[in-house]
Amino acid sequence: MDTLIIQFLNGLVFSMLLFVMAAGLSLIFGQMNVINLAHGSFYMLGGYVGLSTVRLLDSFWLALMIAPLAVGALGVAIEYLLLRRLYGTHRHLDQVLFTFGLALIAADLIRWNWGAYVVSVPAPPLLQGQVPFFGIQFPLYRLSLIGFGLIIAMLLWIFIERTRIGAIVRAGVSDARMVSGLGINIQLVFAGVFALGTALAALAGVIGAPVHSLYPGLDFEILILTLVVVVVGGLGTLKGAFFGSLVIGMADTFGKAFLPEFALFIIFAVMAMVLLLRPSGLFGLKAS
Amino acid sequence: MIAIQLTNTRAWLEAHQRLVLAAAAITAIAYPFVVKPYILSLGIEVLIFAIFAMSLDLLLGYTGLPSFGHAAFFGLGAYIVAYMTSRNELALGLTDNLLLALPVVLLATALVAVVVGFFALRTSGIYFLMITLAFAQMLFSIAIRWSSVTGGSDGLTGVPRPALGLGGFTYAFESRESFYFLVLGLFLTVWLLLRRIVSSPFGMTLRGIRENEQRMRALGYNTFRYKTAAFALAGMFASVSGLLLAQYFWHAAPQNLYWAMSGQVLIMLVVGGTGTLTGPILGAALMRLLPNFASTYTDRWQTLLGLVLIMFVLFAPKGIVGVLRGGRKQP
Repeated sequence: MDTLIIQFLNGLVFSMLLFVMAAGLSLIFGQMNVINLAHGSFYMLGGYVGLSTVRLLDSFWLALMIAPLAVGALGVAIEYLLLRRLYGTHRHLDQVLFTFGLALIAADLIRWNWGAYVVSVPAPPLLQGQVPFFGIQFPLYRLSLIGFGLIIAMLLWIFIERTRIGAIVRAGVSDARMVSGLGINIQLVFAGVFALGTALAALAGVIGAPVHSLYPGLDFEILILTLVVVVVGGLGTLKGAFFGSLVIGMADTFGKAFLPEFALFIIFAVMAMVLLLRPSGLFGLKAS
Repeated sequence: MIAIQLTNTRAWLEAHQRLVLAAAAITAIAYPFVVKPYILSLGIEVLIFAIFAMSLDLLLGYTGLPSFGHAAFFGLGAYIVAYMTSRNELALGLTDNLLLALPVVLLATALVAVVVGFFALRTSGIYFLMITLAFAQMLFSIAIRWSSVTGGSDGLTGVPRPALGLGGFTYAFESRESFYFLVLGLFLTVWLLLRRIVSSPFGMTLRGIRENEQRMRALGYNTFRYKTAAFALAGMFASVSGLLLAQYFWHAAPQNLYWAMSGQVLIMLVVGGTGTLTGPILGAALMRLLPNFASTYTDRWQTLLGLVLIMFVLFAPKGIVGVLRGGRKQP
């Protein structure tokens, strides 16, 4: 029973991490129809920038602010200088390949700068240690990640559903050309959404680093799981990202705990089932 | 200016086709006897990867299905032949005889492709790309974790070079030179087969699906079946290249299944030029030879690779073939 509770909590922790990732990926896809294969690289870059911040300034909370800002700024630069040249109806594959090229470069430069060994980021002193939870001891940091993920989900929901800018973003998901025809600077919206998406990835990188450490190859590990999340949940909606993350986070955690040899197999089986029953995902807007 | 010169060269090549073919044949036959072993090795790798890249082109270039998991079939070919030939406890009697091993590999990959295609081909575009990627990563994780069968992260070692056995006659492709001719023979076979396929009515239907699937369906084509066939064929050709690589290096490795391998072959195709059979061959040659020269000057090979890819995507989306053709319209 105790193992079940612990695995359930671990599953929730991982789900929240996946959600922050998937929300960014899904937001970017919904808005500009770009599947960002460098999303895992932004996660890893965020984690490493956070690591350097912790080492230099000795503050996890500063890392939590600096890493998303820095990586988000990088995202804007990439969108504005390069990705913008590839918008168009028949260039989806080119966009994917472009982000794949970015991912290759990022992985290489990160290894060059930060080394190829496993490094871990300590949890902030305030959140270290264990707390009792329904008869078991659970790390406080992991427990607080669940709350943090829920807060992010709430803030994103309010931003997308209840603000004027969110309304523009939602309209852009439905029909970007129409939005631009109404006199809204859609290029600016694109840049903003790309920045927000990459900043979310970097944020996930910082909060995930004390749990999962940082090492080369992490970028694609997390990217694959995020892609599965958005396929299961459905691309382009926050709700899809949220429930997709719960399904995959739980499947992955329980799979690793009870059938370690076939954890990824279980995830793929879940994805195949969903595709068979609902090809556009649980809450997908657009049929492919 | 360069484009005009290249067009002239092309016209000259077309006018003297026989001469060119004869020169190519002599070069290909003399190649293993005149170059150093290291260069011969590179040539073998280029041919193997050219088969791999051409197989992906049938999917991406001709059918319009962007697979980011093509390494799955490459690795399957490698692992199946490795398991059959290096694991004695299996005792299938399917030793290293290529005439027995090749059909088994082809049949097994075709089966897997049909099953995976059943799920993946319900989608297209970006969704297809993500699903093929996830499938290949799943195979990769199985190869890493299920070590009693797959050898774990070491892979399967001790894969013998193949032999041809028919009745009482046996020939083993032990030496590097003889293996080169086997690879060359299979490369030419695949190339000729693909040439036939893409210009056949079946190939034309695939191109129709690439251009407008809905219209093809309206015309009464069961496009799902055509796509499944293309997916299975591409998987089978890819498994041939995987089989050859495992036999050449005596080793089936999890890296053969890894996303980096899928990405590498995709880059070969995009750099060479999709929708042509020359493109993947040129791309395979360039992407296999470039690291050997670049490593003399820099350790940041992967960064260079990413930059090359981004440059082609931004400035030459039709690849080397597109650049060579210059302003000429593609058929």
